[in-house]
Amino acid sequence: MATLQTRATARIMMSPAIILLFLWMIVPLVMTLYFSFLRYNLLMPGTEEYVGFLNYQYFLTDPAFFTALGNTLLLVGGTLLITVIGGILLAIVLDQPFWGQGIVRLLVIAPFFVMPTVSALVWKNMLMHPVNGLFAWIARSFGFQPVDWFAQVPLLSIVLIVAWQWLPFATLILLTALQSLDGEQIEAAEMDGAGPLSRFIYLVLPHLARAITVVILIETIFLLSVFAEILVTTNGGPGLQTTNIAYLIYSQALLQFDVGGASAGGIVAVILANIVAVFLIRLIGKNLER
Amino acid sequence: MARAVTTRRKLVFTILGWSIGFLIFFPILWTFLTSFKTEGAAVATPPQFLLFDWTLENYHEVQSRSDYGKHVMNSIVISVGSTLLGLVLAIPAAWAMAFSPTKRTKDILMWMLSTKMMPSVGVLVPLYLIFRDWGLLDSRLGLVAVLTMINLPIIVWMLYTYFKEIPGEILEAARMDGASLMKEIVYVLTPMAIPGIASTMLLNIILAWNEAFWTLNLTAANAAPLTAFIASYSSPEGLFWAKLSAASTMAIAPILIMGWFSQKQLVRGLTLGAVK
Repeated sequence: MATLQTRATARIMMSPAIILLFLWMIVPLVMTLYFSFLRYNLLMPGTEEYVGFLNYQYFLTDPAFFTALGNTLLLVGGTLLITVIGGILLAIVLDQPFWGQGIVRLLVIAPFFVMPTVSALVWKNMLMHPVNGLFAWIARSFGFQPVDWFAQVPLLSIVLIVAWQWLPFATLILLTALQSLDGEQIEAAEMDGAGPLSRFIYLVLPHLARAITVVILIETIFLLSVFAEILVTTNGGPGLQTTNIAYLIYSQALLQFDVGGASAGGIVAVILANIVAVFLIRLIGKNLER
Repeated sequence: MARAVTTRRKLVFTILGWSIGFLIFFPILWTFLTSFKTEGAAVATPPQFLLFDWTLENYHEVQSRSDYGKHVMNSIVISVGSTLLGLVLAIPAAWAMAFSPTKRTKDILMWMLSTKMMPSVGVLVPLYLIFRDWGLLDSRLGLVAVLTMINLPIIVWMLYTYFKEIPGEILEAARMDGASLMKEIVYVLTPMAIPGIASTMLLNIILAWNEAFWTLNLTAANAAPLTAFIASYSSPEGLFWAKLSAASTMAIAPILIMGWFSQKQLVRGLTLGAVK
């Protein structure tokens, strides 16, 4: 009896969170799906009609989609490359004993707490500005022509800003994983004559594999929908050079008011994200069993 | 036996570590320094590092803009409000999952997490339309609701992993002594769970404070939090670096300090317990 009652109570306690979350997920998703089959533009009210897969056809054959998809992949891939490799190196350095370790750790994780709009504007104006920016001054001091970051390499500029924001995350998680590495194992390998490089490849890297996977998957989920950094620096330009899928859909919905087209794009984005999500859910699910 | 650490080795890593730390922190330091410069000194070439006329003028000016205080209040209301609302919903749910688990508990947790994977942009259109029709655009209430739902899965997950670590026998003992469910929660569970709840709260305030998709898309002037206020400095002609820096410094300082305090729980929270 008691357990039955407990179980009923448990169900009541869980239901508000579950019901709200279910509604939050399913209602907009069904609406997006529904809109994606309509011709629906906010500037032309009253002309909504069912058009089948036409929106998908337009969205998926639009050259802008491929540009945006390519940019999204470059943005995610580039940022992952910098943050994972940089994160491993930084974690190894921070794992060594040195004076002021705690303070350096605080300095390194700081960018993670800076809001995206601030970091984007500070980098764009104060660091990357082609005339008054700090990078331009450094380049000139060494006798080089300053790089006009957002005109010459706009996507790379965004990658650098986003990588700066996510490097602390990768470092912190890899450092935590590194600290659980058995010191005696390393010592034994050292005694057997393993050099630093082979110790890294055969001991450290396999130990970090799990943490690296977690970093890659979590970052991918967030990086697929980078938005604020693009909005405040380039507005997706010049041309479409910094437009990713998220920004493309945003501009279709809220700048061109094409609800149908944007909805089809939204569904495509959901499908892309789900491919990544399947891997992450499995990984974390495995961990739950242990 | 720990490995012998030579002083030389330690010195090398001290220099290396501090150089890296300085480089990564530099943009924040630079923002901080620039916030005390005049607009002229802020754009000066060569850049002035410490030897400039320090002034508080920017802070005065940013604050005297009547709307600045409003944006700060919006940020506080939205981040704290959505976190508290999330906790109210999540604490009972996580409690039930941790202490009366059923076969389906794991599936429910996984499902909750999967809602987090949905890209915001996939539901931007309907949400925007619902907000427009219900008059929630540019309202704090609307943003509190959205951010609550966005962070709810993380809150439930974090609380669940913390609650899991509380020994169930203690609760049983309390139950034997005739404590009612309410008493059990208020007097037994809550005190033991406070550290977990506190770090969950901290991390979620940080996440909500910095959230920059919905805050940018669903607000205009009235309910705009600091993320959106700072974004208004992006107009190409409005290069007021010193004022941008002062506003930025004030926007990130409280969260940076909170983040530093909660750094130990951060890894666990951000990886949902996958890395401890």
